[in-house]
Amino acid sequence: MCRLFAMTSEKPLSPMVAIHALDVMREGHDGSGVGLFLSDLGGPFEELKGTPILSGIFSNDGLKRLDQFMMNIGFMTKYRFSIKVPKRPPLGVPKRDVYLIRAYEYPEDWEHLSQSEIDHRLLLIRLQLRQMGEEKEDMIVYSFWPDVIMLKEIGDPMNVADYLSLDRDELKARIILAQGRQNTNYAINLYACHPFFIQGVATMTNGENTAFVPIREFLMSRGFPGYIGYNSDSEVFTHILHYSLNRLGLGIEAYKHVITPLQDEDLERHPDGGFLKQLKNSCRRLIIDGPNCVMGCLPDRSLFMVQDRKKLRPGVVGGRPGLYAFSSEMCGLDSAIPDRDKSRDFQPMHLDTAVVASDRAEVKTWSQMETLALLH
Amino acid sequence: MVTNGNISPSTLSVKDLPWQIDWDKDRCTLCGRCTAVCPVHAIELGVYRKRHIELPSLDAGLARNNGGSNVYQIFQGIRQKTDPAYACVGCAACSLVCPNDCIIPRRSDEADKLKFHVNQGGQPRRRGGRRNVRDVGQGGILDQIKFTRISMLTDPALDAGRHEFEVRTLLGRVLPPEESLRLYREQGWAPPVREIYPLVIGAMSFGALSPNMWEGLQMGVAYLNEELGMPVRMCTGEGGCPPRLLRSRFLKYVILQIASGYFGWDEIIHALPDMQEDPCAVEIKYGQGAKPGDGGLLMWYKVNKLIAAIRGVPPGVSLPSPPTHQTKYSIEEAVAKMIQSMYMAWGFRVPVYPKISGSSTALAVLNNLTRNPYAAGLAIDGEDGGTGAAYNVSMDHMGHPIASNLRDCYLNLVKLGKQNEIPLFAGGGIGKNGNLAANAAALIMLGASAVQTGKYMMQAAAGCLGSESDRCNICNIGLCPKGITSQDPRLYRRLDPEKVAERVVDIYLSFDTELRKILAPLGRSTSLPIGMSDALAINDHNAAERLQIKYVV
Repeated sequence: MCRLFAMTSEKPLSPMVAIHALDVMREGHDGSGVGLFLSDLGGPFEELKGTPILSGIFSNDGLKRLDQFMMNIGFMTKYRFSIKVPKRPPLGVPKRDVYLIRAYEYPEDWEHLSQSEIDHRLLLIRLQLRQMGEEKEDMIVYSFWPDVIMLKEIGDPMNVADYLSLDRDELKARIILAQGRQNTNYAINLYACHPFFIQGVATMTNGENTAFVPIREFLMSRGFPGYIGYNSDSEVFTHILHYSLNRLGLGIEAYKHVITPLQDEDLERHPDGGFLKQLKNSCRRLIIDGPNCVMGCLPDRSLFMVQDRKKLRPGVVGGRPGLYAFSSEMCGLDSAIPDRDKSRDFQPMHLDTAVVASDRAEVKTWSQMETLALLH
Repeated sequence: MVTNGNISPSTLSVKDLPWQIDWDKDRCTLCGRCTAVCPVHAIELGVYRKRHIELPSLDAGLARNNGGSNVYQIFQGIRQKTDPAYACVGCAACSLVCPNDCIIPRRSDEADKLKFHVNQGGQPRRRGGRRNVRDVGQGGILDQIKFTRISMLTDPALDAGRHEFEVRTLLGRVLPPEESLRLYREQGWAPPVREIYPLVIGAMSFGALSPNMWEGLQMGVAYLNEELGMPVRMCTGEGGCPPRLLRSRFLKYVILQIASGYFGWDEIIHALPDMQEDPCAVEIKYGQGAKPGDGGLLMWYKVNKLIAAIRGVPPGVSLPSPPTHQTKYSIEEAVAKMIQSMYMAWGFRVPVYPKISGSSTALAVLNNLTRNPYAAGLAIDGEDGGTGAAYNVSMDHMGHPIASNLRDCYLNLVKLGKQNEIPLFAGGGIGKNGNLAANAAALIMLGASAVQTGKYMMQAAAGCLGSESDRCNICNIGLCPKGITSQDPRLYRRLDPEKVAERVVDIYLSFDTELRKILAPLGRSTSLPIGMSDALAINDHNAAERLQIKYVV
């Protein structure tokens, strides 16, 4: 079962905090991959908040093709963050040419576009690059979005972090999601590494998603170009969240009602029973059947955690105002924030959603049985 | 046969019949119960003449007439008729009633000759029952499908006995989430949707079934709903619905069927103002798996006063429903109108869906329904469906197997992105070899939202004697030896409705447990695994390819 760790901090932190937490939980991952999602960035990216950042892995040929492509569509490089790696990678880590993190200037003719149009075009560019990369196997693209950096590689998290020197000063973020992967289902593939990202929504999951095939069929038939990939059964959790937020206009409080709806007798007693029943019926294909712990980051930079309907996975959130962490194991949280008030740690159960908003003031929790502040 | 008798082309010997009656003279008490019970009068009291050769007594000397001679005696026993009209159907009601176990029909050791002579008077064979198939016992495709994706170590398996399960499905047009939530916000009309148990008792009409059988099924359904909280539904078939049921609260457990004969709909329409509850749904029957392209066929034997009254016809006449609805002109127009009219009858509160027989045209029907915003689902009845009466040729040779038909339809919905929106109900041969839960689970994972079964209910709840190898199958003439499909009180009083109801409850409870035993190891419990084809495999390469599931050996 994969290990998950997420952190939100007032002060920008090095991703090494998360890597250390993963390392403490190392029984749970097998070196089949590590993934990092960084947002609310510090360091040099602090000044580049509005500009889209491309993250991915490129071969030298791929990089040339990328430059040509980006130039053709009018994107100019604004900031380049290069990771120079030692000649020989550690055991289990493949040799790559370029780990790319690059901020771009929007083309001039994008100035008058609406935000939703910009968001849509950024998505399409990422998909196009992904497709180009799959054709010649020379690029892997994780994200192309403002204020988001993603890094994924095969190997033990600590080895990979050392190899890529992730403890450098330029690389700091206030929001970090990290996953150490335990490959159980499908071939080892970088696109199968968590966290998954789409238009500001990032999630990571542990556990098998037994309802994967019908959910994938549902998402792929929505006619939305971003709902592709699915090298991992966990990618659907990200897309379901994106679908609920962007297509259904729901808030994070409703996410759990989409993936693990209440049973009918509970719905009958629920103050929003009518609405939730409608939601349950029409989103029947998005019901997950566990066992899963889902953690993620929303476009408004809040972090959240939910559990499957039977709460078959561990998961804890704790910290103090200004610094909170979500961890799939208690020891991960202890490693990252040892000096917190442990009596205030919270383990979301089968009805709970735990959220730390971007003000990092408190852990908000609510149960599915409560009234919803719906329809944002 | 006497030496100067005629041998007509249809003169058969006992050997030529599909069933031979084995009768044991030594044990027979000549009580006559077997001949009385035989529904087709295949056996009668036989008087046999027998010669005894008596040898002369040794001490009688050479005197004449000392007893050494032929002695003729008679004895009584059972004689099997060989007239095709009275051929034994193998029901074994004789064995059932025999106090000394001295009589039993045995299947002929070779193919019978009767089949070449059942069309006397130019009338092809008609019968009830099911499709006669050669592979009985080996199981069809549904029986061969295995569930191979078992969670054990990669994830904890669920516990079929202790975890919560929600074995429910939706009947009704489900709108896309965006549309559904918009209508909720704007308080617009949305199609009615029922949450039901995914095993529906398929259409068997009041008329095809005896009153006791119908009552038993209804009582079982009511008990399951009201005492056990299982939302089980039963379809009426084309025979209307008893007036008292129409006006009772139990109507909500009933799916009313309207078919091409419109039998019983006068009564239903007249009951509308008095209805306390809406029916669960309305099924418009356009076709039936057992006899595709043919309408219902209630033969005159079964049309007694009660049936005639409910159906609104004179008693004692055969009621062949037309093969198609007289108003049907085109699917785009007439079918849509019919669906809409039925909606209108209950103020757009009751889901209305068509039922068709499995067919290579099913996809065309489905595609059309996806564009009809009122169609609440599509029921597809495969070739293995049963019936109360049909032409033998329709039953044995017409129709489409359900598995691939359903799979095609589901994958087509996936392509259109409407797989949650128009529920597919699969029927026809589910549980025909006794594997009800496994067959149902396989169809659900191939894409069915629910399954419908009639035959299994007849067999398990009432002890129907029929089989896929042409046993009994006389439902059409109202002589059912168990009283299941008879309208003669002397026959149907054999069936205790209370016991039928008990069996219905037994069936559902055991089905539910078995279904959980399948779903739990697959890691599914909170939603029915509709279309979870990654769990399925089969050891037939062609079938795997056709159904787009895994091939395993």
